[in-house]
Amino acid sequence: MGGVGRHLGFWIGAAAFVALAFAMALTVRNEYAFFAGFVVLQFIVLATAWNILGGYAGYVNFGTSAFFGIGVYTAVFLLKAVAAPLWIQIGVAALVGAALGLGVGLLTLRLRGIFFSIATVAITIIAETLITNWKFVGGATGVQLLRPPVTEPFDSYIKMLFVIAAVMVVIAVALARYVQNSGLGRGLRAIRDDEIAAECSGVPTLNLKLVACALSGALMCAAGAPSAMYLQFADPVSAFNLNYSVSALAMSLIGGTSHWIGPVLGAILLATTQQLLTVTISSEVNVLVLGVMLVLFVVAAPEGIIGLARRLWRWARRRTS
Amino acid sequence: MSQALLQVDGVSKRFGGFTALDGVSVDIRPGERFGLIGPNGSGKTTLINCISGVLSSDLGAIRFDGQDITRLPAYKRTRRGIARSFQVPRPFRSMTVLENLLVAIDFAVIGHGLSTRQADAEVYAILDKIGLADKAHVSSSQLSQVELRKMELARAMAARPKLLISDEAMAGLAGAEVDEVLDVLLKLNAEGITVIMIEHIMQAVMRFSERVMCLDAGRVICEGTPQQVMADKRVQEAYLGT
Repeated sequence: MGGVGRHLGFWIGAAAFVALAFAMALTVRNEYAFFAGFVVLQFIVLATAWNILGGYAGYVNFGTSAFFGIGVYTAVFLLKAVAAPLWIQIGVAALVGAALGLGVGLLTLRLRGIFFSIATVAITIIAETLITNWKFVGGATGVQLLRPPVTEPFDSYIKMLFVIAAVMVVIAVALARYVQNSGLGRGLRAIRDDEIAAECSGVPTLNLKLVACALSGALMCAAGAPSAMYLQFADPVSAFNLNYSVSALAMSLIGGTSHWIGPVLGAILLATTQQLLTVTISSEVNVLVLGVMLVLFVVAAPEGIIGLARRLWRWARRRTS
Repeated sequence: MSQALLQVDGVSKRFGGFTALDGVSVDIRPGERFGLIGPNGSGKTTLINCISGVLSSDLGAIRFDGQDITRLPAYKRTRRGIARSFQVPRPFRSMTVLENLLVAIDFAVIGHGLSTRQADAEVYAILDKIGLADKAHVSSSQLSQVELRKMELARAMAARPKLLISDEAMAGLAGAEVDEVLDVLLKLNAEGITVIMIEHIMQAVMRFSERVMCLDAGRVICEGTPQQVMADKRVQEAYLGT
């Protein structure tokens, strides 16, 4: 099946993508493009991360905002405590996310279906409450942050964040793609299809779910970390905003959960639309659009953009043959 | 005593106030064809669930191959050699038949060291034996009832079991199909796999089994050769009522 060719194609595409982001950062003047682009990239990471547990294993997680927010506050804490550079903030946030994913997984992954989902909502509330009451990181009022001077070759901090987000997208997507094609991916699919049959076929269901939860959590926290520097401000209400949970889920479902490209497409489509609407109409319309699109897709294309594309492809082949 | 492949010793299971299994004991010898019968709700599937690890028993001990497995999770029991099919088929619907079996090879046969091609070859050999080879690349969501039953057995076989538990693999099948599945089970047993068969179709159980055990309301009421069990008064009462 040309496995080597497919790998090569993927990595060439990934390198081209990062190179393009870098070239844009060096040439494009308009800062707003990067301001908006960063958010789109961030959502690609979040949706991709969500899909590892929610899509591959079928465990619908409403806790994206908990992981995201903890990523934000890991960065805030490191910045205030030891003035850590950005890449340390992101790296530590990923580790914290993995540990948290493991811990949360141990507590909740024995629950199935809707019970698991409800438990993940509770985690956001717990995390937000804890941060709100922690004075060192600003408590309920939030905390103002100062960006360090930007390093060469970038001329603005936002542009640098944009390129970093592009690299994170590549890492997240490569990880999701690896999981999908590995034995782990097959095991997660078996869990999604039928957990009892999986267990009786030798699949260590709890262990695989924990691995998925840890990977997913690490990516979500890492996605949150640069947000502190992006906004130069952090407060619990916006860091733990439920919007992150709903968006990550909606983007994956709209794109299609069976393949790593699904959440990428879904995130590009939805996040770009949201950014355009924020500018042209208002940020409040976002939520409405998200809801309407989700309903449309659930009804018309339950397998998302991927499912739609597959159907079109089959239809076209039948017409030509 | 060490002769038994599976030793079930005083296993009990309660669901709230309902006692599904009440001190069930049985020894299964290696290579045996063992039939498990009993009216609906007598605890047959609960016993199988306790043996395979889908449920954990409240009391009693289960030993397999000389080792205590009472507290092992289901996947570890499968890896030790206990494979099963389900009363209501549980295929991995998003996968082809081939992929369904590969899950079992990948996860149950630990350290198998097979290349992709060798694993595929093993799957094809099993499908061939079971009569599903032409369906290897068909999605399991498109199989007929009898094909699903066969795939359940094939997937159990892919785990390279020592003990195969067939939970009503013939329920809802037509006459000729029952014979087909029965032949498959006999063939597997002839290769040295111990088989426990749960079945409602008496004719099939009687033809298949060397030894039969009858459960009623969670207790063993009779055990012996098929003829002995059929002739037993308590068995007749359990099935026909008094």
